[in-house]
This record gives sequence, C-alpha cells and structure tokens, in this order.
Amino acid sequence: MNDQRDNPVLAVNGASKSFGAVRALNGLSFALAAGECVGLVGHNGAGKSTLVGIMNGGTRPDSGTIHLGGNDETGRYSVAVARKYGLRCVFQELSLCPNLTVTENARIAHASISGFGWRRRAERVVRSKLDEIFPGHGIDCDQAVGTLSIAQRQMVEIAMAFSESDGPARIVILDEPTSSLDANIARQMLDHIRKFVGGGGSVVLISHILSEILTTTDRIVVMKDGGLVAEGPSSRFTMETLVGAMGSVVRARDAAAPPRDRTGTTPALTRRGTDGAPEFRAYAGEIVGLAGLGGHGQTETLVELYRGFGGDWLAPADVKAAFVAGDRHVDGNLPMWSILRNISITLLTDLTRAGIVRDGDERAVAQSWRERIGIRTDSLDNPILSLSGGNQQKVLFSRALATRAPVVLMDDPMRGVDIGTKQEVYAMLRAEADRGRTFVWYSTEIDEICQCDRVYVFREGRIVVELTGADIREDRVLAASFSTEAA
Amino acid sequence: MNWLSADRLRLVVPALSLAVLLAAVFWIQPRAMSYTGLNLLFNLAVPIALATIAQMLIMTVNDLDLSMGTFVSFTACVTATFLQSNPLLGVLILAGCVGVYAVLGVVIYLRNLPSIVVTLGMSFVWGGLAVLLLPAPGGVAPDWIRAVMVSKPPFVPMAIIASVLIAAVAHWIVIRSAFGVVIRGVGGNERSVTRAGWSVLRARASAYALAGVFAVLAGMCLVGLTTSADANIALRYTLLSIAGVILGGGEFVGGRVSPIGAVIGALTLTLAASFLSFLKISPDWQIGAQGAILIVVLALRLVLNRHEGRTAR
Repeated sequence: MNDQRDNPVLAVNGASKSFGAVRALNGLSFALAAGECVGLVGHNGAGKSTLVGIMNGGTRPDSGTIHLGGNDETGRYSVAVARKYGLRCVFQELSLCPNLTVTENARIAHASISGFGWRRRAERVVRSKLDEIFPGHGIDCDQAVGTLSIAQRQMVEIAMAFSESDGPARIVILDEPTSSLDANIARQMLDHIRKFVGGGGSVVLISHILSEILTTTDRIVVMKDGGLVAEGPSSRFTMETLVGAMGSVVRARDAAAPPRDRTGTTPALTRRGTDGAPEFRAYAGEIVGLAGLGGHGQTETLVELYRGFGGDWLAPADVKAAFVAGDRHVDGNLPMWSILRNISITLLTDLTRAGIVRDGDERAVAQSWRERIGIRTDSLDNPILSLSGGNQQKVLFSRALATRAPVVLMDDPMRGVDIGTKQEVYAMLRAEADRGRTFVWYSTEIDEICQCDRVYVFREGRIVVELTGADIREDRVLAASFSTEAA
Repeated sequence: MNWLSADRLRLVVPALSLAVLLAAVFWIQPRAMSYTGLNLLFNLAVPIALATIAQMLIMTVNDLDLSMGTFVSFTACVTATFLQSNPLLGVLILAGCVGVYAVLGVVIYLRNLPSIVVTLGMSFVWGGLAVLLLPAPGGVAPDWIRAVMVSKPPFVPMAIIASVLIAAVAHWIVIRSAFGVVIRGVGGNERSVTRAGWSVLRARASAYALAGVFAVLAGMCLVGLTTSADANIALRYTLLSIAGVILGGGEFVGGRVSPIGAVIGALTLTLAASFLSFLKISPDWQIGAQGAILIVVLALRLVLNRHEGRTAR
C-alpha cells in the first residue's frame, strides 16, 4: 500500500479555495493510487464538491499543486487536461443535456467520437457500458434524456463515466451517484466499482449512505470545514466512528411511541386504495412515510394529494398544503433569485399590504428561518445557487414550513443532505408535527422512514402494506418492497 | 411509443397544419394545384424559410435575434448594389456581416449580455446602414441570383425544391451532425458541455456565424425574387422568423428545435397569408386572422405536448 501511495495517479497538495468570504478548502492534500477506491465523506459544505471541482479541472484552486500520473500540471490544469489522463466525473446534480438523446449526450461527453458514423459509435459505447453495469436497464438510447426518470438518467451518467472513448477511464470520481437509485441498481453500480478497481482503475466515491462507503471503499477520507479530519483503511471504521469523525451522532430511533388510537378522529388526508390496496390515511400531528423502491408511485401520490387541495387556476386564500420538492433543479429552486426571495415566495400573500410586499417583514421571516434551520450563508441576498446542495434543500424546507399550511408534502427532500442536517430536520419535523401539522414524507432512506408514525410501502404504483408503531422496521419495509421479486 | 417519439410529435402538428391549410387553399382555388400555382404560393416562403433557420440557430443556444428583419434587409441592399456592381466587394461585405454575427455571439457570451438587448441595438445599426446604402428603393438583382430564383426545374417548382433543400441541409447540420449536437447541448445544459471539455464560446460563435450565413442567403434570395431592394424590404422577418420557429415545434429555451419544422412553419405562415387573400378577407383584418391561425396551431401543439408529457411519466 505504501509504495502505491508514493506513486499516486492523482495528487492534490495544499489546495485552498475561497468563494467570497466562505473558505471552502483549507490547504487540503489528497492522493489517489492506482487500483484504489477512496471514500470521501463529510457534511454538506465540508468542501467535497470543491475538491472534486479541483480534481476534475473545473475549479482553479487559490493555492496548492496538482499532479497527475507523476507530472506537475498545476499551472495548466483544465477539464481537457484531466480528460487526457482518463479522469471522469459523475456530479451530484445531474449534468446531462435533457434535450438530447442518450447517444447524443455520449457525443458531448466524448469529444473524440466524431466524423462519419459517430452516432453508431457513440451508441455502441454507451449501450455496451449500460448493459455491462446495469443489465436489464431498459433504457432506449434514442430517447431524449429529459423523458427518462431521474434514476435512469443517473444510470446513463454513470455508464458514460466508465465508458471508453479516446482512452479508457482511469480515474472516476462519483459524487453521490446512488442518491436517486434504488438498492438493487445501487448494488450493481457498487459491484462495478469493485471490478473497475480490481482492473487497476481508481475511484473516488462520495456518498451519504455510509454502508456503501464502508463496504465498497479501500480507504476513507473524512472532511470537515474544508480540511481533512480523519483518514484510514475502511476496515478500521465503523458506522459510529465514521459519523463521530464527521462530527454528528446517529441517534437510534427514539423509543417508539405506541401508535395512538385514532378511532373516532377524522383523518386530515385520505385517499381510497384501488384494487384492494389499503386506504391511505394521515391524521393531524402525524408524520406519514411513503416507502418502497424509488419510482413506484410515491411522487405521483404526493402530487395527487397536493392537487386535491386546490385548483390550478386560482390561488386559494388560505394555503392548505405545502410541497417540498425532491428534484430541486426542476421543481424547487428559483435559480435566478436570492435566498431571501426563494424562502418568501410561498408567504407573499401574508407579507403584502395592498399588493405591496413589506420588505421588513419578509426579511424578518427569512432571517428567523435561516437561524432555525441553519442555512449557511453570509447574506440572504446571495443567489440561491451560491449555496451547497444541502443548504439549498434547507431553503426549500423553510419555504414550506414558514407557511401556515397544516399539511406538508415532501418528495424525498433529503437527497444529498448530510447526517447532521438530517438530524436537525428530523427534530424540527417532530416538533412541528406535535403542534398539529401533518407531514407526508416520501423517502428512499430507511432511517428516515423509521422516523415516521405511519408508513405506507409502495410497489408498482400502489400501496401494498401499512405499518405503524413498532412494526416500522427495515426488514418489514424491505420485505414489502421486494416480495414479488422474491416469489 | 417509439415511433411517436418526442421529436416526431414535434413535427406532426406543423406538418398537419400545413396540410390542412394547403387543402383549404386548393379547395377554394383549385387552379393553385399546378406547377405555377404552387410556385406562386410558395416562392416568397424561400427567403422566410432561410431567415427562420437563422433565427432557429440563435434560439438553439437560448438567445433571440431581434435584428433579423433589418439584417436581412441590409444584406438584400448589399446584394442589389455591391454584389451586382462589384461582386468581390459585395462578397467581402457579406462575409464581414457573418463575421459580425460571430463577434456578437462572442460578446453576448463573454459579457453575459441579454441577446435581446444586443440584437435590438444591432437592428438600428443594420437599419441605418441599409438606409445609407439605398435611401430610396432601387438596385438590381445580380443576374445569376435572378436566374436561380426564376428557374423552372422539371416537375417540381423551384420554391418546393428550395424549401426541401433548406430543410435537408439545416436538418443535417443541426440534428445529424456532431457539431449540431454540441450547439443543441449548449442550449440544453451549458454546464455539462463545459464540463465535458468543450469550448462554449466557440460553439456559440459558430451558431451565430451560421445564423449569419443563413440570413445572408435569405437576403440574396429575396432580392432574386423581387429584382430590386429597399431598406425596409424584410422588416417583418424578425417576427415571422420567430413565429416560424415556434410554429415548427421549436422552443425559446432548452435547445429544443426542429429545422424541418421551422421550414414547414415558414411555409405555413406564407400560406396563411395567401389563404386569407383567397377568402377575400380585407387586408385590414388579415394580420389579426393570421394571428388567430397561429394561436390555433400553437394551442393544438400545447394539447399534444401535454399528452406526450403524460405518457412519458
């Protein structure tokens, strides 16, 4: 291991980078050997994405050096140089062109596929990798990426990163690659990583799903506040020590409160089940979880529930439900607006007098939510896109929670949010629920589902089982999600 | 689902509306159903189709060109004067115009300026230059352009051949070629194109330059048809070209464009005007009626898009 480390394929030394007043990286050094998979973990805003940007040539560090294959590339490093060394990246936010087909996106990703017959070659490159990594993926390469589901897009992006064009991929950086994938597909990808590493490739894996990091990587690097706080072989870490190193604690599920007796009370929300499926009910003061594999009708159910609260034509005078979007780039952010405006958009009816927004009140509300939910920024007037992904998501939470809406619908809102933030949000949800609010929460993560009072597991577009109280356990949820596949 | 992909569906509505309109014209005026009739119906659509393709290229990279009309007018004036009297100088001026378009693309990108503002400003520049060149209507079309535009190929009229050719060439450049993919990629997700190591600057400059080429061709064709030029000859092309792109299934942002659709859109707009004349609707009402046709077609497309969105989920 040591002699490998002496001759790294990629080495960043003493890299620093500031964005305005925020110091994203603080003299960090990082090395990657051939045939090694390194896990990179840390809070949102710990500097992982900045480090990825420096490694792939998109971000120029303020100071520090970068070596690839033993050559000093510090001064002239760029995305193009990185690609020459076979470095590929899968980014946290999906970065394909939605208007192009899968094949055409492969052409964008691999500049070397050009000239006569490029379409056929590009398709062969991406299709063969898709078949290899995700057998039975069911993706048509002539389909526009915009018509694929998030999971399918992510699969395409992963396949693209591992595929060969002018040269083989040697270093692959995966930033939250499994965040939208269900367990099966995520496993296929992790298996492929091991195969790739076994063949001499190098991988940097960033994931908030710690079990993935622990089982897949050889070495783990823990980052915090732009620096390196712990490093060592993966075998030396456990879930607890890892979380400890990151500076947050995993809390076991609070001794489950016994399910309250709801007979006689009317639910705040109901939806009749079709074809013998259990009826969906949510009572005031409950957190109701929608579980199951990704893309099995949970989002559609949320949208239907939301639509049930009002027409598309007139804004209701009193907001009855708020929605926290999962795909924040599509449904959530107002990307050209400041953080302040992004928070206050749902509140404008409350904040206006005679059609004029009262600036002071708007700022006060946003300020109080910034403190309550801990949005990391030096000014609320910064553009929303200046925030890290997790912090953007916090803004979307504030937007929903700041309303008077008694029902909050959440579409897998914690995607790519670090554990510390999650714990804060869980506590806040619980406090809000105790005040009588109802939450309907679609989540792809079991530990989030375990926070709920009542859980509906979805499979193939319908509810298959209802769990309450102590029945809400990982094994029960998984069993319900998979039972047909097992039969 | 596969045979009715999003791209094909994008073409169905414009093609259908053109067919319906054409059928209506033939029904009212059966004599239009002839070689000469078709040529007369469509020959003014050729320069509009070229201008529409030019506009479409700009819209591919999420910009909008409000100077299209004055620019085509200016190139028409150059064609009717310099290109006729001093071909070398004329070619140089027109090449320079294409160069200016490339520079506009660079400036808009580098300075992060709204294209609408820049091209609106440029429209006054082009308009002024055109007036300087031809203060009164005049000039003469170069003989060879005239000869091409009035030529009578066997069986199929020139206007139809030219439209098909324009559509085919533009389709090949924008949809089939590797270069076109990069341009549409810039419109779809500029960041991902940058991350893959492409120069967005170069892509945008090429898109603008290519738009300049098509707009210059539009001006030349127009003069070939009208035999002389004037400084305001093509002012309506700005809005016609935008309407043509949208009518043909293109969108303002997101790099979703269809060159074949754009040409069909241009044909439809031209035909709509003739159709209304055949109906003997007074010219006072024609523009309003043309707008009504536009709204009907766009509404139809919206309905189909919704349907498409539902099946995609």
